[in-house]
Amino acid sequence: MSSISPANADVVPGGQDTGPAQPPGRASLLGISLNLRQSGIYIAFALIVVLFSVLTDGALLQPQNISNVIVQNSYILILSIGMILIIIAGHIDLSVGSVLAATGAIAAVLMVNYHMPWPLALLLTLIAGGLIGAWQGFWIAYFGIPAFIVTLAGMLLFRALTLTVLGNQGIGPFPDAVRTLSNGFTDGYLGNIGLGPLGGADLFSILLGVVAVAGMATAQWRTRAARVRYNQSVDPLALFLLKIVVAAAVVMAIVVQLARFKNLPWVLVLLAVLVLAYSVITTRAVFGRRIYAIGGNLQAAVLSGVKVKSVIFWIFVNMGVLSALAGVIFAGRLNQAGPTAGGSFELDAIAAAFIGGAAVQGGVGKVVGAITGGLIMGVINNGMSLIGAPSERVMLVKGIVLLAAVAFDVWTKRRAGSASQ
Amino acid sequence: MTDDILRMRGITKTFPGVKALQNVNLSVRRGEIHAICGENGAGKSTLMKVLSGVYPHGSYDGEIFFDGDPCHFSDIRDSEQRGIVIIHQELALCAHLSIAENIFLGNERAARGMIDWNRTNHEASALLARVGLRENPVTPVADIGVGKQQLVEIAKALSKEVRLLILDEPTAALNDEDSAHLLDLLRGLRDQGITCVIISHKLNEIAAIADSISIVRDGRMIETLDMKSGEVTEDRIIAGMVGRDLEHRFPPHEPNIGEEALRIEDWTVHSPTQRGRVVVSGANLSVRRGEIVGLAGLMGAGRTELAMSVFGRAYGTGISGRVYRDGRQVEIRTVGDAIKHGIAYATEDRKRYGLNLIEDIKRNVSAANLFKLARRGWVNENEEYRVAEDFRKSMNIKAPSVLSVTGKLSGGNQQKVVLSKWIFSDADVLILDEPTRGIDVGAKYEIYTIINRLADEGKAVLVISSELPELLGLCDRIYALSAGRVTGEVRREDATQERLMQYMTKVQE
Repeated sequence: MSSISPANADVVPGGQDTGPAQPPGRASLLGISLNLRQSGIYIAFALIVVLFSVLTDGALLQPQNISNVIVQNSYILILSIGMILIIIAGHIDLSVGSVLAATGAIAAVLMVNYHMPWPLALLLTLIAGGLIGAWQGFWIAYFGIPAFIVTLAGMLLFRALTLTVLGNQGIGPFPDAVRTLSNGFTDGYLGNIGLGPLGGADLFSILLGVVAVAGMATAQWRTRAARVRYNQSVDPLALFLLKIVVAAAVVMAIVVQLARFKNLPWVLVLLAVLVLAYSVITTRAVFGRRIYAIGGNLQAAVLSGVKVKSVIFWIFVNMGVLSALAGVIFAGRLNQAGPTAGGSFELDAIAAAFIGGAAVQGGVGKVVGAITGGLIMGVINNGMSLIGAPSERVMLVKGIVLLAAVAFDVWTKRRAGSASQ
Repeated sequence: MTDDILRMRGITKTFPGVKALQNVNLSVRRGEIHAICGENGAGKSTLMKVLSGVYPHGSYDGEIFFDGDPCHFSDIRDSEQRGIVIIHQELALCAHLSIAENIFLGNERAARGMIDWNRTNHEASALLARVGLRENPVTPVADIGVGKQQLVEIAKALSKEVRLLILDEPTAALNDEDSAHLLDLLRGLRDQGITCVIISHKLNEIAAIADSISIVRDGRMIETLDMKSGEVTEDRIIAGMVGRDLEHRFPPHEPNIGEEALRIEDWTVHSPTQRGRVVVSGANLSVRRGEIVGLAGLMGAGRTELAMSVFGRAYGTGISGRVYRDGRQVEIRTVGDAIKHGIAYATEDRKRYGLNLIEDIKRNVSAANLFKLARRGWVNENEEYRVAEDFRKSMNIKAPSVLSVTGKLSGGNQQKVVLSKWIFSDADVLILDEPTRGIDVGAKYEIYTIINRLADEGKAVLVISSELPELLGLCDRIYALSAGRVTGEVRREDATQERLMQYMTKVQE
């Protein structure tokens, strides 16, 4: 940065305005500009999917298997949404596995033992999860105990609560509605249509997919149009359209595959809603932006008037509610709330967040990234079991992937840091 | 030929954009107490860091001779092996370890990797006796006062067979009794043949203890005074510290002063870490609209603490006093309250307290007033972009776009982002703590222009600065702080560096 002499140092607008410019740190690949650090995770996911498709002779992408991957990982993905917020703020939650078990147990007692209508029982369970989160949030935010300790204690406390509520035995079976939410599929409300060589597929699922894709495209287009109105830099129209078309093709391919099997899993619909809602909250809501500010520089956030304690408290409450939701879904899937439910789920959720690009120091991360991180782990699990790999090898690979993802993050950051010196 | 234990020749040290030291020569005679004086930022600490190897050989120009031998220290261990030990202002002690453990930290009394505790505690006792500290060596350092901790640091230095002891502001945090004891100890060490270099702002102490004084100003060695003649007064030292004329380094400014915007009465603040220590004591001050008011004071005078305690009690405990905004008394308990009452505080440490360095310019500018850009809790990011872009242009922030990460900007441009943030917060009272620290000359001029413009817009500006010429060139009125008290108030017409320095070094009776 050259220093300017006092003589011409008047503060006048437009001194060296070069117009809208590309943000730095982008690499150019085949004329398509992309930010490696941000998109690396999605490229890695695509490569992993391709790799296992080849290794499994396409079994990975069979309709039933896609459905399995989603349903088997749904509760981890829900947990990882709450976890990424906590990690962005620079904290951690080790108790989510136990909270999931405890809330699953509460739901089971309410629905099975007390025969409560399932919507009311679900609501009460979510409130219970929120209270558990408030308990932990209080000690962390207002009492100042590190989250690591509070949630480590919570891991024991809420496991104890689980065992107490269950009386040391599994409780089930769950009402059909809850099992459908966890395990079931949308009905074929509109019947099937023929897709030529692909055979019959559920029309309703496909229409829902089309509506989702159209909504996504419209939203993207409106965002782009607004940015153009504000004279901001945007992708060239061709590239923008290409991105939309690729995304639409991926979504539609998955939807069509699912429609050929048993229609859309309800948890997929639920997940889509959650991902959308939390993505918008983290990027556009004042509350979400505060989380990044706190994680990025706590002191600066305090001195900018951010109510740090309240934000931290509420993200733990949120984590409790999401844990409860995951708890009901997990219990519904097994059709039983068990005393050992959710063991080591916290580690999977944390790993998903870090593989998905969260920074260890906080301040960085995306909901979509955490979901992608969770799916990477899910695809590795699923793909390796399809090719008959023993569980120790699955663990080995997952460990290496986690380490490699964080090492990549640290490495790119160090390179970016040294470039600025 | 005099017997010099240390000679530094032509030392030049450059940081990106700043020449911290220029061709500095320093000679220290064997067995003397040699004081180094200068304003904050004059280059004293940098010089000592060059000497002790914190800045390794090769990162500066010039030569160092210790006992006549050229030295090429690559780190602080190298210099310690030669017997040069530096004691920093912030004590480097582990609070939960015992006195003895601290003394021998990194230098453990051990045989075959196992610590010999009897020898450790025995030798520690002997060292404590030498520095006149009557404490059990197994007492944790956290349990003794700051004055005694300072003595532990000296005992630690003695354990390394120190020949040249460097003390950076050793009495800044001490009360008078502890200070007097420390100075006595230094005289005793001198009589044992240990040479001392002491950096201090307390001129009365220096005048009392030093055999010679070197004065540093703007990274240059101005002069070395021999105190044995007895003719050197505190005024003479002050003249050396400040003696520079004000060039055309400040944009011209005609103040247009209006109503009182902020008044603080009887403001007292206690230290949050040291029980019972008063950091700011009964301070009164006021700032009017359109006025630029300076706050002068040396290290430890309590300027930042005063400002941050007013800014929603962001510093301190046991705060008492009254704050008036536009003539009305207000209760400000949190930073949020302060911002709501139109008070802004731009920190002296941009990187630690001012900016989210991993975020872009846009998000930093909006950080203190995000609700202004939001409807029902949802941020309008396009509006945010436009606002940030407007600031980038009006403040002349040199960055390719507002999507640039603030961690990669130069100091001057980072400061412009911080100022933008507070201007966007719609503050009427801006407290700017060291607004030009670490900024090159050209960018300083821009910052001054921005400050003048803020005053012209009717804002009240309180500038904290360690550079007296900056205060004289910029401010309409200047308060001087010494040891937590407002010791003087000077109007621009009457202000001279000498006068301010007298107030700033005034010791309360």
